[in-house]
Amino acid sequence: MLAYIIQRVFQSIVVLLLVGLVAFSMFRFVGDPIDNMLGQERTGADIARLRTQLGLDQPFPVQYYKFLSNAVQGNFGVSYRQGRPVSQIIAERAPATLELAAVSAVLAISFGVVLGVFTAIRRNGVAANLIMSASLIGVSLPTFLIGILLIYLFAVELGWLPSFGRGDVVDLGWWSTGFLTASGLKALILPAITLALFQMTLIMRLVRSEMLEVLRQDYIRFARARGLRDRSIYFRHALKNTMVPVITVVGLQLGAIIAFAIITETVFQWPGVGLLFINAIQFVDIPVMAAYLMLISVMFVGINLLVDILYYFIDPRLRVDRTAAAK
Amino acid sequence: MQNTALLTVENLCVEIPTRRGILKPVDDVSLQIAPGEILGVVGESGAGKSMTGNAVIGLLDPPAHISGGQVLLNGKRVDNLPREQMRRVRGKQIGMVFQDPLTSLNPLLPIGDQLVETIQEHLPVSQREARDRAVAALDEVGIPAASSRIDSYPHEFSGGMRQRVVIALALCAEPDLVIADEPTTALDVSVQAQIISLLKKLCRERGTGVMLVTHDMGVIAEASDRVAVMYAGRLAEIGPVRQVLTDPQHPYTAGLMGSTPGASLGRRRLNQIPGTMPGLNAVPDGCAYHPRCPRAEAKCRAEPRPPVSGSASCWFPGEVKI
Ligand SMILES: Nc1ncnc2c1ncn2[C@@H]1O[C@H](COP(=O)(O)OP(=O)(O)OP(=O)(O)O)[C@@H](O)[C@H]1O
Ligand SMILES: [Mg+2]
Repeated sequence: MLAYIIQRVFQSIVVLLLVGLVAFSMFRFVGDPIDNMLGQERTGADIARLRTQLGLDQPFPVQYYKFLSNAVQGNFGVSYRQGRPVSQIIAERAPATLELAAVSAVLAISFGVVLGVFTAIRRNGVAANLIMSASLIGVSLPTFLIGILLIYLFAVELGWLPSFGRGDVVDLGWWSTGFLTASGLKALILPAITLALFQMTLIMRLVRSEMLEVLRQDYIRFARARGLRDRSIYFRHALKNTMVPVITVVGLQLGAIIAFAIITETVFQWPGVGLLFINAIQFVDIPVMAAYLMLISVMFVGINLLVDILYYFIDPRLRVDRTAAAK
Repeated sequence: MQNTALLTVENLCVEIPTRRGILKPVDDVSLQIAPGEILGVVGESGAGKSMTGNAVIGLLDPPAHISGGQVLLNGKRVDNLPREQMRRVRGKQIGMVFQDPLTSLNPLLPIGDQLVETIQEHLPVSQREARDRAVAALDEVGIPAASSRIDSYPHEFSGGMRQRVVIALALCAEPDLVIADEPTTALDVSVQAQIISLLKKLCRERGTGVMLVTHDMGVIAEASDRVAVMYAGRLAEIGPVRQVLTDPQHPYTAGLMGSTPGASLGRRRLNQIPGTMPGLNAVPDGCAYHPRCPRAEAKCRAEPRPPVSGSASCWFPGEVKI
């Protein structure tokens, strides 16, 4: 078990080092930071001073090492545009994105799994077929279009919900939350649905097909032959076996939710890191872009690691096979 | 006989509607099993053996369904029971053992949990008592150190041991009838005999009737009291095992026994007969076996098909010798 986890952690670190290299390379190859910081009026002395100050006169590996050790400590440099530490800017924006992503993930997973199981069990029912057809629309409509349609319907036509922004937030010192005010909650509904819809249909279709596959297995036949109830067959025997492959995909989808948040945040002008990133691209604010890239990859890698460990707890066969293989 | 039979299958027909017409994988099959009796069922692949077993326990996969005849268990019809009542019959009155023990057990649940859930489903016992019974059941099927292995997962057992677990599961609610569909086909030759003798012993002790589907004539000779021979969904012959093996009445049975006299003596698979069994969409008129039969006459090719007279469904019983 421990050996397995250590091995996976090690792999994760390698991945992060590579992403770090890419992020770091942006500084060198996308525009010149000196240019970016000093603007038009500068002297040779200014340039040399800044060069030493930023450590740009040192060899590449040393610079990379410094970048990494700073990044590990949460220091991503100073935003070119805002002139403030990037870590501070991101810390301000992160709660908005994380709250949106968390609500979307809960929506996507709970509805996805429930509907997937339902459509698998009632394979030939009218309701199940309707849901399946509707899910095709969910998969094929692009996220921004769904967002715009929802805005048109609920904000413009019906006027029930706000069309942009995060509403009022309560500042808890290190975290600003929209969960505690009515306007914050209302503002969350449309973006959360927009962000969740695609993942939900994906999870639903996956759960359905995995469940149908599991229901064909011999052990399900045997469970029926033993006279077990449908409830036990579906939820005790089938669902657990369905979850093994589903968990991987769901894990990846969680990462995707945060990545896709860029689009949703743009459509709804949601003040999160996605919107921050889009703005940073417009102004070639490389420290912000690099930090965003690093954060997203840490998130992806972390979720993957978690998924692998979860696997391990769900499937007893892995516990034996992996340790045997590790010997 | 009618009153003492544990299982009575009367003129059972199973149909599968397909685009190219209705297939009849089980066609007018009648048989009986007495308490404690083991009925062997043999026949070529596709003869309808599994279909018959699945029809009895009510586990036909749609679109296959019973289209005629009846199934009586202890004198009560079970083929037309509502879904929920049939579920209670399964496990409690009819147990089933499948071919492949590697896939019959849920890989994610300890075997003890699978036993306990089955016991508690059918018997009014507490969790503790169910667990004690589960240990006893494992002990009975010869799992060593049952009380410490009850929390093991299926993959921690060998194939033979897993089939023992499957048998324990099939018998743990003490059914009156067990349908064993090729219970040893997927196993190592070395453990096949052990599994069969275990099944035989347990059912003898409890007076459980067994429908034992197999391809192995050795198993039939050793374990069963009577044997039914199926061909193209129909019953070719049924009778006491000695008689069917040594003095077959149906030419098909004689063909199965093949050239070596006294098939009961050797352990071997069914013999090859020239030609192949017709597909379900091309079952010939009259006796289904007539295209391959050395004794066939005009009468055999015409309707009506031969009735089961004596032990065989043949116009000329006993005329083709081994
Ligand atoms: N869904 C289906 N559609 C069409 N034909 C089917 C279907 N299911 C089964 N059959 C046919 O039903 C017939 C009976 O099958 P069954 O499984 O009972 O044979 P069997 O005697 O158990 O053979 P085996 O020894 O290979 O297990 C076979 O010819 C099979 O091809
Ligand atoms: Mg079969």
